[in-house]
Amino acid sequence: MIHARGLARTFDGRGRGKQKEQVKAVAGVDIDVAEGEIVGFLGPNGAGKTTTLRMLTTLLKPTAGSATVAGYDVATQSQQVRRSIGYVSQSGSTSPEARAGEEIMDHGMLYGISQKQAETRGRELFEQLDLDGLWERQPRAMSGGQRRRLDIAMGLVHDPTLVFLDEPTTGLDPQARANLWTHISDLRVKRGATIFLTTHYLDEADALCDRILVIDHGVIVASDTPDALKRQVSGDLVELVVADPAQAPAAARLLAAIADSEPADGAAGAGAATVRARVRGAGHEVAGLIRALDAEGIALESIEVRRPTLDDVFLTLTGRSLREGA
Amino acid sequence: MFWRETYIVFRRQLRLALRNPAWVIIGLVQPILYLVLFGPLLEPLAGSLGAQNAYTLFVPGLLVQLGLFGALFAGFGLIAEWRAGVIEAERVTPASRTALLLGRILRDVLQLFVQGLVLIGLAFLFGLTGSIGGMALGLVLTVLLGAACAAASNALALTTKSEDVMAPVINSIALPVLLLSGILLPMTIGPQWLQVVSDFMPTKYIVNAIRELFAGNFFTITTMWGVIWTLALFAAGLYVGTRTFRKENA
Repeated sequence: MIHARGLARTFDGRGRGKQKEQVKAVAGVDIDVAEGEIVGFLGPNGAGKTTTLRMLTTLLKPTAGSATVAGYDVATQSQQVRRSIGYVSQSGSTSPEARAGEEIMDHGMLYGISQKQAETRGRELFEQLDLDGLWERQPRAMSGGQRRRLDIAMGLVHDPTLVFLDEPTTGLDPQARANLWTHISDLRVKRGATIFLTTHYLDEADALCDRILVIDHGVIVASDTPDALKRQVSGDLVELVVADPAQAPAAARLLAAIADSEPADGAAGAGAATVRARVRGAGHEVAGLIRALDAEGIALESIEVRRPTLDDVFLTLTGRSLREGA
Repeated sequence: MFWRETYIVFRRQLRLALRNPAWVIIGLVQPILYLVLFGPLLEPLAGSLGAQNAYTLFVPGLLVQLGLFGALFAGFGLIAEWRAGVIEAERVTPASRTALLLGRILRDVLQLFVQGLVLIGLAFLFGLTGSIGGMALGLVLTVLLGAACAAASNALALTTKSEDVMAPVINSIALPVLLLSGILLPMTIGPQWLQVVSDFMPTKYIVNAIRELFAGNFFTITTMWGVIWTLALFAAGLYVGTRTFRKENA
């Protein structure tokens, strides 16, 4: 559904120093998305996610490279691309003072479908997306979750086979997010749609996507399934909080014996010290560790074993945490 | 296809405007205030300004003012729409970019037309006399000028995307234009240097032409220049507006 080669976009930066500089927002990315896939585009703010998305949706001209979306060239066949895709941007799609039903009908009609058809499609989508009874409601009187679902309905009114979602759950409460995830997976299950979504939430990419592209500084640094990406991180994170900070070095020594990485000191809490390291197969190593700690009389406040998260993957790939600046 | 898209955008804009009629009403009240509160001041001066009827002199200026100001501020609405994501959502549809702009301009033009009608109608109560045909043509010129300003304003809005940038720009354009076009008083009563400066203001020719038309003088040099300038501004406004709406996409 999507094939991009060397897709790049540079902006004329207007720096504070007044000198013009070229800012590479996206520095040549290759993207392949097959029909029926749900692909997540993961990266911190400013990594180039939205810029890439805007190029793929014909909103922005690439400065280099090429892309075909739904079988059409974004540069020369933008009309056909627009007809085939749905785009749900992060900034919304409706006027706060308009009525939801009228917005979706007008939107559908701009795709060339008749007013009657647009109403039928709109009402269908409202029902599917749990927006029953909100046809006459103004978007400003809707909850954040309802507004996002309205945006999704707007993006689906012309029955696209490929849907782009830009940060679909940003700013929603956990319950609304989980609810929206169900609706997003349903897009594929019930409509057979291919989905390309950007996010900087790891749990979201983990929960929804078959495959994840990780972008950083305008370059794709990894592309794989969430599980395969997590396997790249060596081992689980074992974190010990020692009751007596004086015993922290001794605990670190014992942890080092089973660890793949050098144990590092974490932030020391009140009267406690944290030691952590990555341990391959922590499940059966930890029992021995606890026995050894006990034998040396080291008392623990707590012990925690964490499976690698996509945040760890990102840290491994880029040396930075995804949460920085997010 | 193009006209259908234009109509869809126009209908949506009109619906939103009518649902929040505060702006429509404010737009209507302003020229009425001028007519009621400023018009009487001109009545005793009309003779010395070279006019027989103060309102034949004054109403054309008010029309142009309506066209300029009402339309120049049209872009503010577009910024709000852009912020709500509406512009982007419309731009991912296959609809013509020109239709997206034209539908919005048509709403401003319709509003301007109604305001102009109310203004002229009310002016009759105050004693306006003149050529009805000329007034109709004058209203057409006003509407074309308004369309040009609305297009330019929308282009500016889409370029700056910020009310804070746009407000000072518009004000710094609108005030000199207002003062140098002879909208409130004809420039001919001013000193030589002021007249020379005002010669560079296209809207002065438009105001003068509408005054001629109101007086029933259709085929004069003044009228011709006004029509030429109106058409030129109309074409330029639409060109700039369309170009901006087409920009930033493949």
